[in-house]
Amino acid sequence: MVTLNSRIPEGPVAEKWTNFKAHQRLVSPKNKLKLDVIVVGTGLAGASAAASLAEMGFNVFNFCIQDSPRRAHSIAAQGGINAAKAYQNDGDSVYRLFYDTVKGGDYRAREANVYRLAEVSNNIIDQCVAQGVPFAREYGGMLANRSFGGAQVSRTFYAKGQTGQQLLLGAYSSLMCQVGKGKVKLYTRYEMEDVVIIDGRARGIIVKNLVTGKLERFSANAVVIGTGGYGNAYFLSTNAMGCNCTAAVQCYRKGAVFANPSYVQIHPTCIPVHGDKQSKLTLMSESLRNDGRIWVPKKIEDAKALQEGTKQGWDIPEQDRDYYLERRYPAFGNLVPRDVASRAAKERCDKGFGVNNTGLAVFLDFSESIQRLGINEIRQRYGNLFDMYEEITDVNPGEFVRNDGKYDYYKPMMIFPAVHYTMGGIWVDYELQTTIPGLFAIGECNFSDHGANRLGASALMQGLADGYFVLPYTIQNYLADQAIWPRLSTDLPEFEAAEKAVNAEFDRLMGIKGKRSVDSLHKELGHIMWEHVGMGRNKAGLEEGIKMLKALRQEFNTNLFIPGTKEGLNVELDKAIHLRDFILMGELVANDALHREESCGGHFREEHQTEEGEAKCDDANFFYVGCWEYKGSDDAAPELSKEPLDYEIIKVQTRNYKN
Amino acid sequence: MAKNISFTVRYWKQNGPKDQGHFEEKHMQNIPDDTSFLEMLDIMNEELINEGKEPFVFDHDCREGICGMCSLYINGTPHGKTAAGATTCQLYIRRFHEGDVITVEPWRSAAFPVIKDCMVDRSAFDKIMAAGGYTTIRTGQAQDANAILIPKEDADEAMDCATCIGCGACVAACKNGSAMLFVSSKVSQFALLPQGRVEAARRVKNMVAKMDELGFGNCTNTRACEAVCPKNESIANIARLNREFLKAKLAD
Repeated sequence: MVTLNSRIPEGPVAEKWTNFKAHQRLVSPKNKLKLDVIVVGTGLAGASAAASLAEMGFNVFNFCIQDSPRRAHSIAAQGGINAAKAYQNDGDSVYRLFYDTVKGGDYRAREANVYRLAEVSNNIIDQCVAQGVPFAREYGGMLANRSFGGAQVSRTFYAKGQTGQQLLLGAYSSLMCQVGKGKVKLYTRYEMEDVVIIDGRARGIIVKNLVTGKLERFSANAVVIGTGGYGNAYFLSTNAMGCNCTAAVQCYRKGAVFANPSYVQIHPTCIPVHGDKQSKLTLMSESLRNDGRIWVPKKIEDAKALQEGTKQGWDIPEQDRDYYLERRYPAFGNLVPRDVASRAAKERCDKGFGVNNTGLAVFLDFSESIQRLGINEIRQRYGNLFDMYEEITDVNPGEFVRNDGKYDYYKPMMIFPAVHYTMGGIWVDYELQTTIPGLFAIGECNFSDHGANRLGASALMQGLADGYFVLPYTIQNYLADQAIWPRLSTDLPEFEAAEKAVNAEFDRLMGIKGKRSVDSLHKELGHIMWEHVGMGRNKAGLEEGIKMLKALRQEFNTNLFIPGTKEGLNVELDKAIHLRDFILMGELVANDALHREESCGGHFREEHQTEEGEAKCDDANFFYVGCWEYKGSDDAAPELSKEPLDYEIIKVQTRNYKN
Repeated sequence: MAKNISFTVRYWKQNGPKDQGHFEEKHMQNIPDDTSFLEMLDIMNEELINEGKEPFVFDHDCREGICGMCSLYINGTPHGKTAAGATTCQLYIRRFHEGDVITVEPWRSAAFPVIKDCMVDRSAFDKIMAAGGYTTIRTGQAQDANAILIPKEDADEAMDCATCIGCGACVAACKNGSAMLFVSSKVSQFALLPQGRVEAARRVKNMVAKMDELGFGNCTNTRACEAVCPKNESIANIARLNREFLKAKLAD
């Protein structure tokens, strides 16, 4: 069994990061020039880390699968980024951001990490503004804020509904500045296929040039992966089509421990599924819950009429609407955390109150706020989201329909929960190092800061915190004694063997020559995951799911068909490799979900709920990080280790968003 | 309720930049009109694979109009005839009719060589960015964000310029293959903000020089770029770039 040392620094929580920085080892300017760092991924975490490391003096090799670093999926984040600036004079502080994040994560995150995250959140906003990120401003010229789920203050900074885009373009600009200076060598349309371990340390990677199909070797003094999450294991998710977990899973196969895989975030406000040919789900920003009210009909006959299409949302008068989040959670209302909002929507739909033809949708209605603020103000805030919704569904959510003498009725949006983000990820210590020395994981692909549920506007914060302000410091603690090593040749037998293994795997997949396309198998995986390992989980369902996943792997290994050859560009081969790893990941999620006999955050076990249907945590038995170790083959059962959580200042209790 | 339509897709096949390339055709039967254009191509590829043929290659990723990866020239228009401000991935089959022949081509420009079929190489845009599309700010050294007050109007206008997704539709639409709308949007974002003023002159000269070096054409004000931009970038940005460029040159 692997030993897990979280390496949390001594001292009170609020002083740990300062203490760490004061005492960590540093690398001298001359030695930085001798040290090479590989960064895989160019999202918020990868791009900001690559830019910062290069600017410090390290030589950086940066890889991405898209045609440009600017395409990374961080770009699609809509709502905003949290920081404890307290610019609104509403009593916010570093402690409150820390507390809300730990509570939002259902008390399953590390205190020390989250405190550091809250501490550096303010630096992120300063950094981004200096880069020219055009955040929304007030007439006085100061930065504007909005509120997000799980918080009672307005601490979210935003740039229309395109905050992720603007932050990523900021990091991308800094990255391109370093590329221009020659400090970062950029490799686009490259995919990491394996990590190379020499004498127990990560010393390089094997990558595939996606255009030529050739494998290439890169060596370095440290390897950083910032390759995102595994949401696409569910096939339908809000992730981009190219998002995959192959780099992370390959690190797992090579000995990096994987933590809390069952913590998958189902986002409450996505456009509902419309047919079996659909390729992805589109998110509607959580910020819409600031001004939109979520409801289903009070009367079951109204719900039936909506499902049959004989009534429309605006036909149902105000008094017959059940604003169920406001009813159940009066203190937070529509702004409860995502996991709570998602489960409440599922609960209503399971009871038959769904509002579209599939019965799997609820309304998000702006009538009240349009009446209060006017359509222009609402369009100013959410115009691009309304347009996006209209383009996809042919319904304009701001369109006036009728007035009943008292209320104006506008066309509502329909929404339903969808897989969005994965809190679980590669296990890292306080320094963001995995269980393989020299291998670091940042951003969504590590497990560290969100516990069992991530609050809105915290992913951008964590990605940039890791990339700009944490990793560039902590990695030096590792690199300090590495400058004495000469640059390793990529002709070493370890590189040779790793490349050969990847090549053999390509041959194996190409050689199956069965009858099923990658997509058809991927869709089947998605169905298994959503039905058995989705929003509501139970023992029998999970066991059944695990059996089905094993059968699916068998089908994949014997009946897959990939057209073309492994030479040159072959999109289907790349997708097949991703799918191989999504299947393994799916099993890992299911195993972790089966073992965790409690409900917390994004993980809901139907056996463990209160009478009101709320999640029931078991702090006595499950107050730990579930860490899974690969046991030599995809078929072998992974082994569980536990990192106990140790809370110094926060009192663990049942989350309460009611009062 | 969705209705189904049938049509023919005439799509471009090209095996690398040196290949001459040609069109192939595929009849698509009973496609629900709430399918997105790219989902329709997924269906087409699934059918091609089941027939044992090579799938049609095109770039795509986020499928929500923000990453800028999708880049198809559909019936003579970059991104197809969508509502104002939409990318290929936001085009839906409801915009087409029974019996249509839909022609799908790559971005065609000397600066964007074809990699395969409709996948092109747009790394020239990254090179222009590396020439000056940034403010030089060292990590961790920024002052408090509210120390720089910026009028809301300026911040909003900078935001409009910054929404460019770098898809390259402007270049594909331009008869000269000019990248002026792309470059001017970035130059304008920084020109409108105090943070960007410090390096304004250097930035505009370097980015324009790099653009010329990479084989993009000149701007002759036909406004084709503005008409197809999925993010509605305005050619007023080009006028601003010209002013910035002139100012920088005069100061030399």
